[in-house]
Amino acid sequence: MKKSLIELNNCGVFRNDKWLVRGVSIKVFKEQIVTLIGPNGSGKSTTAKIALGILKPDEGTNLIQNNIKISYVPQKLSIDWSLPLRVLDFMNLIEKNEITNIVETLNITGIEHLLFQDVRNLSGGEFQRLLMARAIIKKPDFLVLDEPVQGVDYPGEIALYKTIQEIVKNIKCGILLISHNLHVVMSQTDHVICLNGHVCCSGAPRSIIKEPEYIKLFGNNIDPTLAFYEHEHDHKHLPDGSIDHSH
Amino acid sequence: MFEDFLFRAFFAGIGLAIITGPLGCFIVWRRLSYFGDTLSHSALLGVVIGYALNFNIILSVFVISGLISLSLLYLQKKTNLPNDALLGLLAHSVLAIGLVTLGLLSFIRIDLMGLLFGDILAVNFNDIVIVWIGGAIVLFLLIIIWRPLFAGTVNLELAKAEGMRPELANAIFTLLIAAVIAISIKIVGILLITGLLIIPASTSRNLSSTPIQMAIIASIAGVISVILGLYSSITWNTSTGPTILSVALVLFLITLFPLKKLPIFKKQTKLSMQLKNEEQAVNK
Repeated sequence: MKKSLIELNNCGVFRNDKWLVRGVSIKVFKEQIVTLIGPNGSGKSTTAKIALGILKPDEGTNLIQNNIKISYVPQKLSIDWSLPLRVLDFMNLIEKNEITNIVETLNITGIEHLLFQDVRNLSGGEFQRLLMARAIIKKPDFLVLDEPVQGVDYPGEIALYKTIQEIVKNIKCGILLISHNLHVVMSQTDHVICLNGHVCCSGAPRSIIKEPEYIKLFGNNIDPTLAFYEHEHDHKHLPDGSIDHSH
Repeated sequence: MFEDFLFRAFFAGIGLAIITGPLGCFIVWRRLSYFGDTLSHSALLGVVIGYALNFNIILSVFVISGLISLSLLYLQKKTNLPNDALLGLLAHSVLAIGLVTLGLLSFIRIDLMGLLFGDILAVNFNDIVIVWIGGAIVLFLLIIIWRPLFAGTVNLELAKAEGMRPELANAIFTLLIAAVIAISIKIVGILLITGLLIIPASTSRNLSSTPIQMAIIASIAGVISVILGLYSSITWNTSTGPTILSVALVLFLITLFPLKKLPIFKKQTKLSMQLKNEEQAVNK
């Protein structure tokens, strides 16, 4: 049987008298894209940090395969103005890379012309592309993208998703993708997990092109990069935080 | 040569300035300016204990500052207080403990002015050896931990996720600062060492566009401050430590003017030249 890159088993994180997430089980295999969706504060980033090994779960186990290369695109990364940092230096942050390799990788995300720019002169979209380029330069086995399309406009979002698809094809890594968009995910996603403190539901996404609701909103020229995810919740989240299983 | 007190002062000061450059950059990047102050406040306790136990002062200051920096790391994890509150808490409580201890051990006489402002003209050959060997060890360790420390400065979680140990690098880094403060006591004194860490680094920020550049220029700015400061202090008969820092400030003020437009700062790096050549080759 194929071995998973990472495997969260019933994981929970307990902080300041409450469970941030609980009972989360996720497996990511090679060449597989798993998308994690959920509202704000649902524990998506927390789950990602467990998968990365940054946070130790207070409950459950997290198995990360030995000797795999992990790359991370964090949700927020602010660089202090006191720190002079060019795109080139940022690409060498974790390990030194050949200059030709750096230019090639920046080329994939389309920002090779910014090589000597200071990173704080980059626009939001350019910075996201830089984070992506830095994450893929070492050809990781497992890539975690925490809201990689935030601050990126609609065409930019599709372009970034296309880049991600190319990355999976080229470097054959497993991807854990986090998105706050509850209904629209990347069509290449193999598995969607909806999180709200715990796993609410999970499954495969449906092609978005056939969705009448979506056509009504965006017209017929929808990009096939996106797909629709239909939630199947068997419970309700009540305003006081408790969960109602009755129907 | 080492018989001349002026030469000894130059050697000691230059050795110190070379290490405070890169360390000061990390202090500025990590917003730890008050950390230097906290450690130098705790140095008094180290000095008192050193005198009381008849122990090497530099070593006892290093041990106390080291303990304080490790307790800061511990408190950062255990409490919800912001960094500046923790630093203030440690600085003043340890200073108080130092003063109380000093009062209890009434047989100790400390040259308080010397401790506060240093006496670079009184350094002996032993001090120079300590500065240069200690400085070389600090610099060597800093180069070893540079990458994880720097990656952790940019983003701790990213560095951790990608297999580095930035927290270990942080712990080593704080011990290095403790070591530098211990080494510097005789040269600039505990009141002014933070200035020697921060001012050259700030000067350098105005001139540099890469992290390594900033570290190197900070060292150079520190060395220039020491040389000019020593000369000025002898010329005008002013106390040496404060004069060195005043020169450092003047250098900082000069860099506020747009010096980056000067030709020497416009020189293209070898790398960019190579890239341009490659680009031209591709275009052909």
